[in-house]
Amino acid sequence: MEKFIQLTLSGIANGAIFALVALGFVLIYKSSDVINFAQGELLLIGAYLTYTTVEMIGLWWPIGVVIAVVLAAIIGVLVEQLVLRPLIGEPTISVIMVTIGLSLLLRAIIGGIWGVTPRTAPQFLPRDTITLFGANVGVDRLWAFALALTLFVLLTLFFRYSREGIAMRAVADDQQAALSMGISVKRVWAIAWAIAAVTASVGGILLMSIFGGVSGQIARVGLLVFPVVILGGLDSIPGAIVGGLIIGLLQSFAGGYLPPELGMGEVAPFIVLLLILLVRPYGLFGQRIIERV
Amino acid sequence: MQPMLALNNVEVIYNDVVLVLKGLSLTVPEGRIVALLGSNGAGKSTTLKAISGLLKPENGEVTDGEIRFLGQPIHKKDAAEIVRMGIFQVLEGRRVFEHLTVEENLRAGAYTSGWKGFDEKLEMVYSYFPRLKERRRQVSGFLSGGEQQMLAIGRALMAHPKLIMLDEPSLGLAPLLVEEIFQIIRQINQDRGVTILLVEQNARLALESADYAYIMENGRIVLEGLPADLKDNPDVREFYLGLNEVGRRKSYREVKTYKRRKRWLS
Ligand SMILES: Nc1ncnc2c1ncn2[C@@H]1O[C@H](COP(=O)(O)OP(=O)(O)OP(=O)(O)O)[C@@H](O)[C@H]1O
Ligand SMILES: [Mg+2]
Repeated sequence: MEKFIQLTLSGIANGAIFALVALGFVLIYKSSDVINFAQGELLLIGAYLTYTTVEMIGLWWPIGVVIAVVLAAIIGVLVEQLVLRPLIGEPTISVIMVTIGLSLLLRAIIGGIWGVTPRTAPQFLPRDTITLFGANVGVDRLWAFALALTLFVLLTLFFRYSREGIAMRAVADDQQAALSMGISVKRVWAIAWAIAAVTASVGGILLMSIFGGVSGQIARVGLLVFPVVILGGLDSIPGAIVGGLIIGLLQSFAGGYLPPELGMGEVAPFIVLLLILLVRPYGLFGQRIIERV
Repeated sequence: MQPMLALNNVEVIYNDVVLVLKGLSLTVPEGRIVALLGSNGAGKSTTLKAISGLLKPENGEVTDGEIRFLGQPIHKKDAAEIVRMGIFQVLEGRRVFEHLTVEENLRAGAYTSGWKGFDEKLEMVYSYFPRLKERRRQVSGFLSGGEQQMLAIGRALMAHPKLIMLDEPSLGLAPLLVEEIFQIIRQINQDRGVTILLVEQNARLALESADYAYIMENGRIVLEGLPADLKDNPDVREFYLGLNEVGRRKSYREVKTYKRRKRWLS
């Protein structure tokens, strides 16, 4: 029982991080129909920037994290303006090829700047454990969960009440109608990329603190965005959250209960991905419009 | 006095090849309701999009002539700028944001005019359309067609425009509801002094509401005049009001002669 609770709690904490990363992906897809294969690199960017500001420059970690997140948002906007904007009106498959290329390019740039050897990183989230429902849980997991939750609440308020948030949802519903009321679609795309970069880099930073280092392992978590969004539906924000939690739990249980030699913790999410594609390709919450790419 | 809106010999081409407006001219005086009539594919929606700057996303372009609003040329401006100058197009087919609530749709309409004075504007819209107030928290995809049309017009009012362009507001609505909506359009024009350019297939209603009317065929204006005069014009009676000499509805067989006479019209 104790093991079950432990796995559940860490699954939920990881799932919240996956959901955060998937949320950015969904935002980009909803507002501009772009499938962003470079989401994993956005995680790495956040982690390495924080590594730089906190470990290399030596800033107090909250300041280092804020600077890293702001820089990541700027990078997100630049990527949208320089790489994706010129592709407006191109076929989906070309845009996909470009985002795959973008992910390779970003990976090469990151390797060029920070090297490819894993770095030990600042663990600013507290490392101690506490007992919750009779199980030992890392406090860092709880922090990760709380931070992800805070970000979700802030974003929900943004989408519900702010001018730009409502404009973003309007563009996702009907681009031409949004244009007809003077909403700038280009601005909406830029904001979508900025938010995606922020949520992904926060995810990357949390993972860095949990793993105690920066390495390709973080970008591998970025890959999990695909099972998450396929499960939840490419165009559904609640789907990203629920999908993230389900995949987090699944990974945790598969890793904890099945023989470790099988490596099921890593593989299980992708088995689900295949099953979902076979059974319900628009996801649990997605709209039933499917385009094969 | 110069008109509020003037189109002068406007030519519009889609995809660099398809010539849709072929030298169209019309004017809209301030404070009036002007109707633009014509059959399917005449280029009515294209005319409105040329004015509102919505051609670009459809790969269309004003290639000749000019469009002036309050004396300023606007055919090179983008849609957001044109909305801020005071022109608001209500698109054909209502086009409400289906996943947004009624009130969020109205907020989207107020995008350019901002959150300041939002509550007063909201009350103003609800005073014209009390039904929207009852459904303010409802997701607009579940509204009836008539309520969606009201929402589309309300959304336009939220931007405080000087000129509202309505593209077939009667489309797909029951006759009684159409009467109601036209009544509200006239009322908005009268109490708020908003100028209206009205595109319609329902010629009878449009001619009843408008101060002046244009009839277009094939990318050009072929007839214009006061509604009273147009209603007496035998061609208009036959082709647009569907009435023959005796004032009865035409039979299908008679409609066939329409093609021949129509060519003469253009
Ligand atoms: N995006 C586009 N690309 C190419 N051709 C177009 C485009 N939009 C409209 N057209 C063509 O322009 C012509 C006029 O279309 P428009 O929509 O302006 O007509 P309309 O008078 O509004 O018709 P309806 O009463 O059916 O709405 C049609 O022949 C149409 O096929
Ligand atoms: Mg039309």
